[in-house]
Amino acid sequence: MTAATSQNFSDVAELMRDETVTHSLVSDVLLPSGKVLALLTLDNGLDHGKPTTLGPNGLIELRAALETQAERAKAGAIHALAITGKPHFLIAGADLSAVTRLRSPEQGSAMASLGHHAYDLLADLGVPTFAFVNGLALGGGLEIALACTYRTVSTAAGALGLPEAFLGLIPGWAGVYRLPRLVGPENALKVMIENPLNNNKTLSGPAAYKMGVADALFEPADFIEHSVAFVDGVLNGELEVRRPNAVDPRDPEVARRWLEAADAAQAFVDAKLHGAAPAPSKVLEVFRQGLTLTQPESAQLEIQALTELMGSRQFQNTVYAFFDLVQKRGKRPAGAPDARLARPVTKVGIVGAGLMASQLALLFVRRLNVPVVITDLDQSRIDKGLGYIHGEIDKLHAKDRMSQDAVNRAKALVSGSVSKEGFADADFVIEAVFEELGVKKQVFAEVEAVVSPECVLATNTSSLSVTEMGRDLMHPERLVGFHFFNPVALMPLLEIAATEWTSDTALSTAFVLGKALRKTTVLAQDAAAFVVNRVLLRLLSEVQAAFDEGTDAKTADNALSSMGLPMTPFTLLSMVGLPVAQHVTESLHAAFGDRFAVSQNLQKLIDAKVTSLWVADEQGGQVLNPAAAQVIMQGSNPSSAEQILARVQDALAQEIGLLLSEGVVAEAADVDLCMITGAGWPMHLGGITPYLDQVGASERVNGAKFNN
Amino acid sequence: MSANTTTEHENASRMLDDRDVVFIDGVRTPFGRAGEKGIYHGTRADDLAVKAVRGLLERNPQVPAEKIDEVSLAATTQTGDQGLTIGRTVALLSGIPQSVPGYAIDRMCAGAMTAVTSTAGGIAFGAYDLVIAGGVEHMGNHPMGAGADPNPRFVSERIVDPQALNMGNTAENLHDRFPAITKERADRYAVASQAKLAAAYQNQQIQPDLVSVAAKRPGEGWAVHRVDEPPRPGTTMESLSELRTPFRAHGRVTAGNAAGLNDGATAALLASGQAVRELGLAPKMRLVSFAFAGVAPDVMGYGPVPATEKALAKAGLEIQDIGLFEINEAFAVQVLSFLDYYGIDQEDPRVNRYGGAIAVGHPLASSGVRLMTQLARQFSEDHSVRYGITTMCIGLGMGGTVIWENPNHPDFGSKA
Repeated sequence: MTAATSQNFSDVAELMRDETVTHSLVSDVLLPSGKVLALLTLDNGLDHGKPTTLGPNGLIELRAALETQAERAKAGAIHALAITGKPHFLIAGADLSAVTRLRSPEQGSAMASLGHHAYDLLADLGVPTFAFVNGLALGGGLEIALACTYRTVSTAAGALGLPEAFLGLIPGWAGVYRLPRLVGPENALKVMIENPLNNNKTLSGPAAYKMGVADALFEPADFIEHSVAFVDGVLNGELEVRRPNAVDPRDPEVARRWLEAADAAQAFVDAKLHGAAPAPSKVLEVFRQGLTLTQPESAQLEIQALTELMGSRQFQNTVYAFFDLVQKRGKRPAGAPDARLARPVTKVGIVGAGLMASQLALLFVRRLNVPVVITDLDQSRIDKGLGYIHGEIDKLHAKDRMSQDAVNRAKALVSGSVSKEGFADADFVIEAVFEELGVKKQVFAEVEAVVSPECVLATNTSSLSVTEMGRDLMHPERLVGFHFFNPVALMPLLEIAATEWTSDTALSTAFVLGKALRKTTVLAQDAAAFVVNRVLLRLLSEVQAAFDEGTDAKTADNALSSMGLPMTPFTLLSMVGLPVAQHVTESLHAAFGDRFAVSQNLQKLIDAKVTSLWVADEQGGQVLNPAAAQVIMQGSNPSSAEQILARVQDALAQEIGLLLSEGVVAEAADVDLCMITGAGWPMHLGGITPYLDQVGASERVNGAKFNN
Repeated sequence: MSANTTTEHENASRMLDDRDVVFIDGVRTPFGRAGEKGIYHGTRADDLAVKAVRGLLERNPQVPAEKIDEVSLAATTQTGDQGLTIGRTVALLSGIPQSVPGYAIDRMCAGAMTAVTSTAGGIAFGAYDLVIAGGVEHMGNHPMGAGADPNPRFVSERIVDPQALNMGNTAENLHDRFPAITKERADRYAVASQAKLAAAYQNQQIQPDLVSVAAKRPGEGWAVHRVDEPPRPGTTMESLSELRTPFRAHGRVTAGNAAGLNDGATAALLASGQAVRELGLAPKMRLVSFAFAGVAPDVMGYGPVPATEKALAKAGLEIQDIGLFEINEAFAVQVLSFLDYYGIDQEDPRVNRYGGAIAVGHPLASSGVRLMTQLARQFSEDHSVRYGITTMCIGLGMGGTVIWENPNHPDFGSKA
């Protein structure tokens, strides 16, 4: 190590003076054979609620501890070194709070080099090294293990993986170099590309063992003891370690597989991201080059790539989205009243037995295990609703996600009736009937005639005014908006809307209930379409308008691809259903005027019973639906894709600016949390407002950024 | 040698009645010193017991876990990490199938011994064929007597002298009762116990029956323990003479001639004669008889004498028939009172060949199975011995004795 790099390390260490340092605690274990194993435990001294991570100070300490052991190895005082963690963790990864504090490429490069600086000794200690993967090993945590000569893994090790591509980085502490050599290129790219981009999936201990990440699998009760015995067995040559998936890249056949796997992964990345986030392609670039490089050569590339990516907006946005929003704000909703005010919910009423109502009934009964009563106008609708609920419960049973006892319990708890009398002792009644104000007011009047004065009433409306719904209630203070997203079982977001009358008790009950339903709750003041649908519909309106004005469908629908949204606007439109989208747009038009234009073309498509603008052609590609082509009337003022993108960015900045100034939600962060959890918008956009700041839209439209 | 051994085991198996109770195997964790400086500070008691039970099953792969009929584990303090019916919790935590039941049992220091005799009764009756019996005590997590609430009638009606609730006091009382047992004799006994254990370690007679335990002390990394922490090899009369007598000014009982406060767990596998034949097991000992007996609580250390009398009578044996003694060394004076009663020299080579609790430690409810495991090993080393006993004193004035027969003895099976 040169003096210059040492200086850089102390710079980044200084940046993290308040780091929760993961210490490297070494003790000697005398093996039955008489050999000595130096056992290094990574431990931040906190309980298992506080994962161990590696920041610059922890890495410097690890390096120093390994240097000491390398000296002892040289002197013959130890015969092996093993590295493990405190209970439940090997290492959860690099300390990302450190990474977000880096202010210059030099600091970024120093942080990237530090990992290599510490880990490289594990690969070159003078004696065999072992990782005992006793628990969580993500990113830099798994890379520590990969640097060792051998690995054991616990059957209870929660999650193993290299999620860097998900976060906006690459597994650049030699994971990208070592993993494919250990488990083969296809498996490695599954871990480094496919899993991170599929909701950040990880491997269980047994799955990692099966793939060849570890050489031995032991049960957790005596994992360390068996791992230590494994060390002795390997040192004495009694155990033969087999690695059937390991490859030598110098083999031309392997080289062919390597590049083929990279091509396949690149196609997967392109289909998923359309170039919206640079990290996955960077992983593949370094992976490709690594085929013919030595590990130190690859390390240089990895450090370069990491330095570059640490400065990327996608990485910064993801860190904000994942840690500040999903992990923190999502768990402590801003503006929720004291949870102690909440009333217990021991019985739930649902007005309606349609698809949404039935999904709600299923969710309530599964999460709360309380009686749930559904009502509708006639018995056949109720029977259909109950049939759906029972069918879904049976499916969960078939997938082993509910025991027979739980099935019996859930089915017994759900009942249906044409009368609302069953609501008499309910604590929470939610309506999911047709989206029409008059109908909803009528329903609540009937419900209020039956329920106790304290029973909380909720509406699942997506765009109507909750305030108007409550205007004629005897107890308007009990009414809240309780807006789920489709499909209810999968989408994490629940928008909870308060009116000017809503009491803290009712609101608190709604938030506590939302948490019990395991939803991410966000408080919105009553305003048409709350947050997600307002933002989504504004986006759809702009694209629809560009199309109506004369832009060809393909250009219009693909104009936003650089944002990496989960689906194109027209695909989203057909998924929501054209009539539903039109209905909500009409409500928004009524509330907010021409910002939400009601498209004549869309109405024509609805009238012609067209359900999608696109249909599949014989090759599986997309072509314009001929039925749509017949009815639509386009103008003669087409826009380019760039123009549409800028138009949508500006529109979103405007709409979110207005939404915030109206006080619909407390902060821009709430909008971002809503878009991530309610619409599945990508973390590399930071939800949406960081992206709008970064592309200049916020300043163009509002004169200021949303975030500092 | 191994072929020969196999033949002997087969012979022994043939001699067994279906309802004979045999000791198949026993293991224990290394014992630790209780308290913040001990190796198991930060380790849970139930986790220690799990290590012992898993270690036992691992080295007896011919015994399918689902065939075990009962897991009986003792703990003196049955709260916290020793609570919740520890035989059941440890069975579940050890990965033994849910179909196998378990229970917790308590007879203070003789907990594991009582776990063995209770399940042995079940085997003899035909209720069980295979059982795990053992005990655990983490005296760091559960200081002796913590949480106990002695009935005031003990005092008001003079049922138990309050002093007798402190075991050290009862040991001083024994010295009063038997003036011939001097501090010098007690110390000499203790020095010998340390030396015998050190020799046994030297001869690899202890290590084979220890399971290794990985433990993590707060603020420290993982350590793997393969040997006992309490022994103080090299203990001399001089070093013992300097120790305080904490229970009485100018008394005789010191930390040096008594067992310490310890953490540890033991587990043993017992089987019926029928199970031995069905699974092809190799019995290490056959249970001949057992007995428990009571004495005045203020001289609880004398308990092994009446218990042994009773057990010998039930077996139709005389003390002269006993070739090996494993007697728990809660206090040197208590062992000496037993030996004096039977006229056995305190340096008699039949007694505690591997040393005893004074050296190795005494995690209360776990110790009974340690005695049996050591006796079993001595049986395998010395085929000339036919009968041996394991015996121990028990708080509140009791003693327990189990008599075992050596299957390696030429006359094994020719029942009197």
